[in-house]
Amino acid sequence: MDEIFGFPPQLLFAQIFMGLINGSFYAVLSLGLAIIFGLLRIINFSHGAMYMLGAFSAWFGLQYLGINYWIALVLAPLAVGLFGLLIERTMLRRIRHVDHLYGLLLTFGIALILEGALVQFFGVAGQRYPTPDELQGGINLGFMFLPYYRAWVIIASVVICLVTWLIIERTKIGAYLRAGTENPDMVQAFGINVPLMTSLTYGFGVALSAFAGVLAAPIVSVSPYMGSNLIIVVFAVVVIGGMGSLLGAVITGLALGVIEGLTKVFYSEAAGLVIFMIMIIVLLVRPAGLFGRPE
Amino acid sequence: MKQPRHEAQSAASSKIADNAEEHLCIRDLHAYYGESHILHGLNIEVWRGDVVTLLGRNGAGRSTTLRAIMGLVDKRSGSILLSGTETVQLPPYRIARLGVAFCPEERAIFASLNVEENLMLPPIVGTGGMSIEEIYSLFPNLAERRKSQGTRLSGGEQQMLAIARILRTGADLLLLDEITEGLAPVIVERLSEVIALLKQRRYTVILAEQPSFAAPLADRNYIIEHGQVVEEIAAEEMEAKHELVESYLSV
Ligand SMILES: Nc1ncnc2c1ncn2[C@@H]1O[C@H](COP(=O)(O)OP(=O)(O)O)[C@@H](O)[C@H]1O
Ligand SMILES: [Mg+2]
Repeated sequence: MDEIFGFPPQLLFAQIFMGLINGSFYAVLSLGLAIIFGLLRIINFSHGAMYMLGAFSAWFGLQYLGINYWIALVLAPLAVGLFGLLIERTMLRRIRHVDHLYGLLLTFGIALILEGALVQFFGVAGQRYPTPDELQGGINLGFMFLPYYRAWVIIASVVICLVTWLIIERTKIGAYLRAGTENPDMVQAFGINVPLMTSLTYGFGVALSAFAGVLAAPIVSVSPYMGSNLIIVVFAVVVIGGMGSLLGAVITGLALGVIEGLTKVFYSEAAGLVIFMIMIIVLLVRPAGLFGRPE
Repeated sequence: MKQPRHEAQSAASSKIADNAEEHLCIRDLHAYYGESHILHGLNIEVWRGDVVTLLGRNGAGRSTTLRAIMGLVDKRSGSILLSGTETVQLPPYRIARLGVAFCPEERAIFASLNVEENLMLPPIVGTGGMSIEEIYSLFPNLAERRKSQGTRLSGGEQQMLAIARILRTGADLLLLDEITEGLAPVIVERLSEVIALLKQRRYTVILAEQPSFAAPLADRNYIIEHGQVVEEIAAEEMEAKHELVESYLSV
């Protein structure tokens, strides 16, 4: 086996692997977006900024407070999640009763402010975040070299997505969330504190994003705009998968990462575009998305 | 407007003689959806264990009355006392925790939950709710279909589920909106048995209904028009006031 479709297998596997890594980020981010959209009906435009905040707080923690990667992986999502909760309580809640377009504008504005503020303090240049010692190096699988850290990124992402999905599909809290996504008034009429649930949901969605940010810190450069570059693609992923389905968001995220990777092998000029082309086709053929239910 | 006042007084005084407890007292209730002013100073009094109906033409404000009790309107003013506690400022989840449960006209069965999850969704808010076994024996169809998606049930089964789900919670004030709407006669018959059972168990029930279903079950009937109570008729007067009721309800 020296060639597959005329390409060396090493190249092919390497790109599939790279695609899976990107896909992991797409999956975690679009899962958070879909959860937030479900209950708040808001397209959270500050999602990329929250991802960036996750990475930045990990970097800041290491640089100035000596907080290591593993602790950051827990603390950064908590801190950013709490920040999200405050944003929901103080701002998003106030515009719940007006057109959802305002929510989009508000979260977009928040993203711009966060990015602008960080540029002010740290500049646009990327910061390097070291790979944690435990995950240095890699293993040669014969057909490709597998860096441990990157394998960890994929595993951690898939696990966090699965755990989130299981909580939502199999627990009582998840049942409240699913029911609240369909009919928040009725859930509230049963005695559930829906306003609190909404804040927690936003905080949780944002925390997922920050978790992805910490995962990304050692493999991308940590910079104020790292989120805005990624989030455009994630929005396309969400449009393709459909807002309705959480599992759909995860699967679409991973699959599109791989498709993007493969495009690099077969026709690298289109790699940056392929997701958007798929998005256009899906919008034309199935406007509700591959996994979405038409409203 | 004057006459029902007197009847309310008399109903009240006879109840006080029975040592009955006032469960719900609505005074001068106004309710709004956005800018639309729907209820205009509504007064209702319900005693513990009573079955009360709200009658009226479509659009009279019966659903809005139930939703306003539950806190599910955009704005309310006036007074809604629940066993003496003022609730007009409370959010719906706090009102629910005082033992009020609502079965909406559209039933609101959750499509993303199966029958059992729909049934188990509402948290327990009071003591004395029915056990799950009791509910399944009351509604055997639900037991058979417990793993089906909620909205795959027939209309009648969905209605059973919508009622069953609030019987588990221990809520003792049940607000039931048009539960018989669009259902086959056998199912309507079954529902009237259920209401009779609830009455026997001393639930307080407010039904927004058609008189044909509600009158035989009710202790008292309120006729609502343009967001106000225009008549209050005790069960024993319904026969005699048949024509009056007809005239209010005819289109
Ligand atoms: N969500 C709403 N927004 C605005 N107006 C409403 C809404 N729901 C009901 N209404 C209006 O309130 C009035 C009373 O409606 P409703 O309480 O549903 O009447 P009923 O249950 O007696 O048929 C009607 O005029 C109806 O058009
Ligand atoms: Mg109605």
